[in-house]
Amino acid sequence: MTLKLEGVSKKVGGQVQIHPTDLQLEKGTMNVLLGPTLSGKTTLMRLMAGLEPPSTGEIYWNGENVTGRRVQDREVAMVYQQFINYPSMTVYENIASPLRLMGKPASEIDAAVQEAAELMKLSPLLTRKPLELSGGQQQRCALARALVKNAGLVLLDEPLANLDYKLREELRVEIPKIFEKSGAIFVYATTEPEEALLLGGNTVALWEGAITQFGLTPEIYRNPADATTARVFSDPPMNFLQISKAGPKIMFGDGQSFGAAGKLSDLKDGRYLAGFRANHLELKKHTSDAMRFNCKLAITEITGSETFIHVDHIEDRWVGVVHGVHDLEPKSDLSVYLDPAHVYIFAEDGRLVATAAYAQAA
Amino acid sequence: MAQITLDNLAHSYVANPTSEEDYALKQLDHVWEDGQAYALLGASGCGKSTLLNIISGLLIPSRGRVLFGEQDVTNAPTAERNIAQVFQFPVVYDTMTVRENLAFPLKNRGADAAYIERRVQEIARMIDMEDQLRRKARGLTADAKQKISLGRGMVREDVNAILFDEPLTVIDPHMKWELRTQLKSLHRQFGHTMIYVTHDQTEALTFADKVVVMHDGRVVQMGTPEELFETPEHTFVGYFIGSPGMNLIPAKIDDNQAYVNGSKIELGRGYANLSGKVEIGVRPEYLKLSSKTGLPVNIRRVEDVGRHKIIRADFFGSDINIIAPEGEAISDNMNKITFDPAKINVYANDWRVKGEAA
Repeated sequence: MTLKLEGVSKKVGGQVQIHPTDLQLEKGTMNVLLGPTLSGKTTLMRLMAGLEPPSTGEIYWNGENVTGRRVQDREVAMVYQQFINYPSMTVYENIASPLRLMGKPASEIDAAVQEAAELMKLSPLLTRKPLELSGGQQQRCALARALVKNAGLVLLDEPLANLDYKLREELRVEIPKIFEKSGAIFVYATTEPEEALLLGGNTVALWEGAITQFGLTPEIYRNPADATTARVFSDPPMNFLQISKAGPKIMFGDGQSFGAAGKLSDLKDGRYLAGFRANHLELKKHTSDAMRFNCKLAITEITGSETFIHVDHIEDRWVGVVHGVHDLEPKSDLSVYLDPAHVYIFAEDGRLVATAAYAQAA
Repeated sequence: MAQITLDNLAHSYVANPTSEEDYALKQLDHVWEDGQAYALLGASGCGKSTLLNIISGLLIPSRGRVLFGEQDVTNAPTAERNIAQVFQFPVVYDTMTVRENLAFPLKNRGADAAYIERRVQEIARMIDMEDQLRRKARGLTADAKQKISLGRGMVREDVNAILFDEPLTVIDPHMKWELRTQLKSLHRQFGHTMIYVTHDQTEALTFADKVVVMHDGRVVQMGTPEELFETPEHTFVGYFIGSPGMNLIPAKIDDNQAYVNGSKIELGRGYANLSGKVEIGVRPEYLKLSSKTGLPVNIRRVEDVGRHKIIRADFFGSDINIIAPEGEAISDNMNKITFDPAKINVYANDWRVKGEAA
C-alpha cells in the first residue's frame, strides 16, 4: 500500500496554495504534516483525499493513477478539527453509518462497531447522542467512525485542536496505538512540534505551501535541512544570531569566538546564521567550552518546574528554558551560556551547512 | 483598579437547587488583590466560565456577593462595572482602521484627542502593529485581529479589571509565545488587575502571579506556579499541572516510610495513621531510571519528545511516567527507579497530608 504524489500542485485564483510536490507514503506509517496555519496542511490533505483536484500532477494509490477519482470511490477516511457527527443518531449509528452506506451485512457492522467502540473507550456510551457527550468523547466518536471504514488512508486534520489540554495529552497517547493496530497510512496535521514528537513516525515539514523536509520525526527535529524547518520544528521558537567565520575561528557578534573544529573547519570564510534551541541556553557554565553571552533580561515566565527566560542580545531576542524556578529582575544584566555542540550553522540562504555536534551523536 | 472580593459565592443553573450536585459553582470565599494577575485554570465544565461570567456581570449568582473595592456589584450590569474583556475569538470592527479599533473604548468615553493619540501609539507599539494603524481591519489574519482585541482590552488605564477568556485559542503556537510574553510585560508595566481563564496549563502558569485551579465547581488550590508544581494540595492539581502529570501510586504509610506492594520507599516527612484512599504522589521529573539501584519497573514505551524523554512504565501494577534528559540513552537494563524522598507528597482521599518534619 502506497500513496504517491507526483508533481502535485494547487493554484486557486492565480494564487499558489501548494507548490509542485513529490511525496511517497508507505503502508503502516504515521506521517505528521507539521507547519503553521496557512502553510498548506489542509489543502495537501484534501488533495490526498481527492476532495479537490490538483492543478497539476498525478496521485497514485498502490501504483494506480487515482487523480480524477471521486473521494467516495477511494479508500479514504478523514477526521476534522471540528467534531463532526450526526446529531440525531446515537453513537452506535454514527459509527455504523459508513458501513451502512457500503451496504455491509448487519452482523459484520455490529462486530466492527463494537470493536471500534472498545478501542475508543465508547462502549458504555453507544446508546447516547453525540451532544450528550463531552468534547473528547465526541471526537472519539468521529475517530471511531473513521476507523471502522478500514480505509487504507486515514487523514486527521488537527483532530485534537479543539480539546482540553489534558484530553489532548491522553488521546495523543492513544492515537499511535490505534494506528499501530490499523496498519493503514496515517496522515496527521498539526501546528505543534511537541505533538509531532509525541506521535513519532515521519514528519513532513511544510512552509508556505512547500515541503521543506520529509523524514523520521526525531531525525528532522535534530537535523533540520534548513533554518525554515528548524523554525517550524521548535517551540519555543529557535534562537538565531549572525556569525562569521574567519580562518580557524567562528566569531559571534560581541567578540566571542570559538575554534572551528571538525566539520566547521571545512566551512568557507564568510557570514552565517547560527541557531540553537531554547532548552540549550543555560544560566550556568556546564561545560568548559561553553560560550558566555552578556544579555539584558526582558522578562521571565515561571511554569513551576522550569523558567522561560527572554533575553536581548545586541539586536536579537532569545528565549531559554531552564530547569527550576529563577525569579530574576527584568531589565537586569544576565549572562547566559551556550555549548558550541548545541549550535546549528545555516548559510545565509537558510540551508543547513553544519548540524549541531550533539545531534550527530544522538 | 480594584481588589475583587468573592463573598460566600455559589451558583446553580437549577431553579431550586437541593443538593451540592446542583451547583455549578460551589462555595467560594476569596479576595483577589488589586494589580495581581490571576489565571483560572481547569478542564471544561469545572466552573471557571461560570465564575468569570459572575465577575463580568453576565450572570447573577444564586448566592453571595461580588465586591469591586468596597462597592457591591453583584447585581450591577456589565456596563457599570468598568471592566475590559477579551474573548476567545477576535471582536473587531472590520470597516474601521486598526487605529480606530484601538481608540474605540477611549472615544466612547469621551477622552481627549491628544490622550487617545498617545495611548493608541503606546498600545500599538506593545502589540507590534504600529505600521498597520492606518489599514482597515478587514482582511487581517486571525492572529492580527486578536492582537487588536488584546490591545483594545488594554487601552483604558482606569478599568477595575481586565478579563481574558481563553484569548490565545485561535493563535498559532509561535505567535502564542509572543502574545503571552507581551501580556505579561503589559501587566508588569501597567499593573492592571487581570483575570485570565484558560484550560492550558502553560498559559496559566507563565502568565499568572497566582493560579486558581478549579475542579468540579470548587477551587482546589490557589497558589504560585511553584506551589502547584511542588505541593499540589489535591490529586487533581497533581494530574492537571505538569505534562505528564504527577504519578499517583496506592501505598501504605508507616510514619516516614511508604510501602508499595511490600517494597519500602523513604519519605521526607512523617505521617500519623492515615485512613481512606492513601496514595503517594511523585512527579515524573523526580524519578530516576537506573540499571543498578531502586525498585523494579517494566518499561513499555520510550517517547523522544525533543528536549527530554518520557518513559511510560508499569510499577507494581500502576502506570508510571518518568522524565529523562535529552542526552540520556535508555538501555534495556535500566529497569529500576529511585525516588527523591523530599519530592514525594502523600494524599489521603485525594487531599494532601502535610506530615511532620522527620
